[in-house]
Amino acid sequence: MAQTITLDEVRRLAELSRLELTDAEAIKYQKELCDVLDYFAILDGVSTEGLKPTNQVTGLKNVVRKDIVTKQIAQANDLLALAPDSQDNYVKVKRMI
Amino acid sequence: MDTFKQWPSLQAIADAVNNGNETAESQVITALKRIKDLNGVYNAVLQTIEARSMKRAKDIDALVASGKSAGKLAGVPFLAKDNYLTFDSETTAASNMLKGFKAPYQSTVIELLEAEGAICVGKANMDAFAHGGSTENSDFGVTKNPYDITRVPGGSSGGSAAAVALNMVPFALGSDTGGSIRQPASYCGIVGLKPTYGLVSRSGVVAMASSTDCMGPMTTNVADAALVLDIMAGGGDPLDSTTIDREAGSYTEENKSLNSIKIGVVKEWFDEGLDSAVRSRIEAAIEVYKNAGAEIVPVSLPTLPTALAIYYIVVPAELSSNLSRHDGQRYPSSADSAEDLHESYTKSRSQGFGAEAKRRIIIGTHVLSSGYYDAYYKKAQTVRTKLINEFDDAFTRIDALIGPVAPTTAFKIGGFSNPLEMYLQDMYSVGASLAGLPAISIPCGEVDGMPVGLQIITDQKQDKKLLQLASVYEDIK
Repeated sequence: MAQTITLDEVRRLAELSRLELTDAEAIKYQKELCDVLDYFAILDGVSTEGLKPTNQVTGLKNVVRKDIVTKQIAQANDLLALAPDSQDNYVKVKRMI
Repeated sequence: MDTFKQWPSLQAIADAVNNGNETAESQVITALKRIKDLNGVYNAVLQTIEARSMKRAKDIDALVASGKSAGKLAGVPFLAKDNYLTFDSETTAASNMLKGFKAPYQSTVIELLEAEGAICVGKANMDAFAHGGSTENSDFGVTKNPYDITRVPGGSSGGSAAAVALNMVPFALGSDTGGSIRQPASYCGIVGLKPTYGLVSRSGVVAMASSTDCMGPMTTNVADAALVLDIMAGGGDPLDSTTIDREAGSYTEENKSLNSIKIGVVKEWFDEGLDSAVRSRIEAAIEVYKNAGAEIVPVSLPTLPTALAIYYIVVPAELSSNLSRHDGQRYPSSADSAEDLHESYTKSRSQGFGAEAKRRIIIGTHVLSSGYYDAYYKKAQTVRTKLINEFDDAFTRIDALIGPVAPTTAFKIGGFSNPLEMYLQDMYSVGASLAGLPAISIPCGEVDGMPVGLQIITDQKQDKKLLQLASVYEDIK
């Protein structure tokens, strides 16, 4: 498992997570990420033979309910009012292309 | 610390209000004045909710005057960590990313507490988005430790902890993802409870890591924590499908007997990382339990030293997903000018998020990305299973685990410049979070005038036993 990460990889991660980093930030995060990834190496030596990953600790499965509104804690209008821009019943955003 | 007379117990306040001996209004006025007098120095509170809390107080007083009870927490003022959605106030999670956000609904926990007459008088400071262990990552300034204003109160529920220690309010709400209730409770000398994962609804609280986030009370004593938990543990919330059924009966049920109680001392937590003076306070606390009749048993959890690595893979992964909703399009905070949607996303997020949020988002994105997912995220979640199995096994032989909350007492503001060094401070608290176990921090002494917290952990859904064991120590010490 590679413990280091390049500046290019940091920039790629920033793009994936829609963050804009200054050059100084990218360099700083690269160094910090390398330190943190180095620390993660402690897991390399741990045997996980026959074990499955844990995604949640409650043991709950398939918690479902009927698709009817029983408890309405907010209206669509309330949520729309939070958006910086809206039109009719839509959140309005800038053009994509 | 000054000499303000402490708030009575929550039970005593509610009884006085329900009997008409005290008014809810006077409780709110006292809290708001206390906050006003102290917040300039300590910065524990981000905003007060004056109009609504005064109105609710008047309504409660009117209800009582008409001969009805106003609930188990009638007139009790409290603060909510600023990641709880509340009416008539901003909910910012101490981040510029949520500046201007006024929630259109309240968190389930707030609703439950209000139904019992409690009154939210304000929002407490925190590390932005709960990312941190010192409250230094707040976008609105650090909170000062009530015992020493050059030191941090801990985090991320630092504002809540400081406010309770300062007697601004008799209780506050915190959240604990990897220690964020327990560690500030330890640093500020108060009681902080992280319940079993799923016992308390997460609906209406800004999410950090969905598989470990727990909502919990921060109080000056165990009985108050038990009472607040009894109300917060709603018994399944249709708005949060990860909520579990609660134990039968009330969390306030007392049991002072240590007959046949076995307490496990976790070998891996008494390592070279633990400050020696803190260690001796913890060992003295364990002696208290031994002298009171508990059997002290050495326990080893060999996978425990890897818990921090598991945590800092899984949690950034989960939070990077939870924070993707902050895109500049849904909440008020948004970049002023952008050419297109892509630029609006990147500018809004870059302006809104602080350094720690960005750092964790980048770590999380990396460990989930193609080519790295198996080596990091999947591996961490699998070692997590191994850790959980070891906890399960230990609990077949013992009733509770005991140890430190944090390696030291509260450190100096600005004491850590290196993120990894900061992360290491979580080493004793993340284990219980990853396994969803209930855990409490109770004050057990001081080192050089700074408080030390004792950590007790029980098996899932043994929160009642946990509170009872904590109460025994509190009585004796």
